[in-house]
Amino acid sequence: MKKLLLLPLFLLPISALADGGGKLAPTAANPKWQAECSACHVAYPPALLPERSWRKLMGGLERHFGSDASLDAATAKEITAFLASQSADRASSRTSAKVLRGIAPGDTPLRITETAWFQRQHDEIRADAWKRPKVGSPANCAACHAGADQGDYAEHKVRIPR
Amino acid sequence: MKKPLLTALLFAALPAYAATPLEIQQSYAAEAKQQNPAFKEFSAARGEQFYRAKSAKGSSCAACHTDNPKAEGRHEKTGKAIAPLAPVANSERLTDPAKVEKWFKRNCQDVQGRSCSAQEKGDFIAYLRSVK
Repeated sequence: MKKLLLLPLFLLPISALADGGGKLAPTAANPKWQAECSACHVAYPPALLPERSWRKLMGGLERHFGSDASLDAATAKEITAFLASQSADRASSRTSAKVLRGIAPGDTPLRITETAWFQRQHDEIRADAWKRPKVGSPANCAACHAGADQGDYAEHKVRIPR
Repeated sequence: MKKPLLTALLFAALPAYAATPLEIQQSYAAEAKQQNPAFKEFSAARGEQFYRAKSAKGSSCAACHTDNPKAEGRHEKTGKAIAPLAPVANSERLTDPAKVEKWFKRNCQDVQGRSCSAQEKGDFIAYLRSVK
């Protein structure tokens, strides 16, 4: 990663530039999605998982990766509809197309970090970097992507904590 | 598009039912009386004990909210900052009954492996209100 940062801009891998500068914010606003999902973690970009993944995830909030994240029915319904409308299947961005290409039709990943796209984007990160106290796990986007809460994942803004 | 968005933002800025921490505690008192006719009152000391005690599942409120409810907490898994629990340090706390219930439901399940009684919830609020 460090080496990559030192490279002049014109040597950046094409893939980084083709990703639209790392802008992954939804194309519409939804205050409930923002407020509820970001209560415990960054409101992860809906375009990084297919609709079927979001539906499955929203159907199991009482056991959400080991935590009870249950919502009242009306809020859950609204957020599910929003996630579906912004999902990788419907986002029609280059990034979402790449995300979809890496997922087999029969697969329904529930973690963005499981997708081939995520793993390819982060293949230069050494295993120990994920475990540093200020990072903790790959779920903590904002540890290295300071603009994550705005959907800004631009590669040139990445700073990996020591 | 512009108008509904504006309306939505306006509503999001206001808590659904603004209440005071005391009012929320009182509504749990009414529920506690229903659950247990012998109910007398809430105790901040019992609430503090509950806040710090390790549950059978090996967790506690303090595990994420820290030993000091006036301090910023940290989500055990995601590392996300949690605003202070004590109203004296965070005036938004304990002002939205639906939000209070939502988090009691979630966190009692995660920490205790069960739902909490109205007595436990009221004691907990009494403790947070007593923190100066």
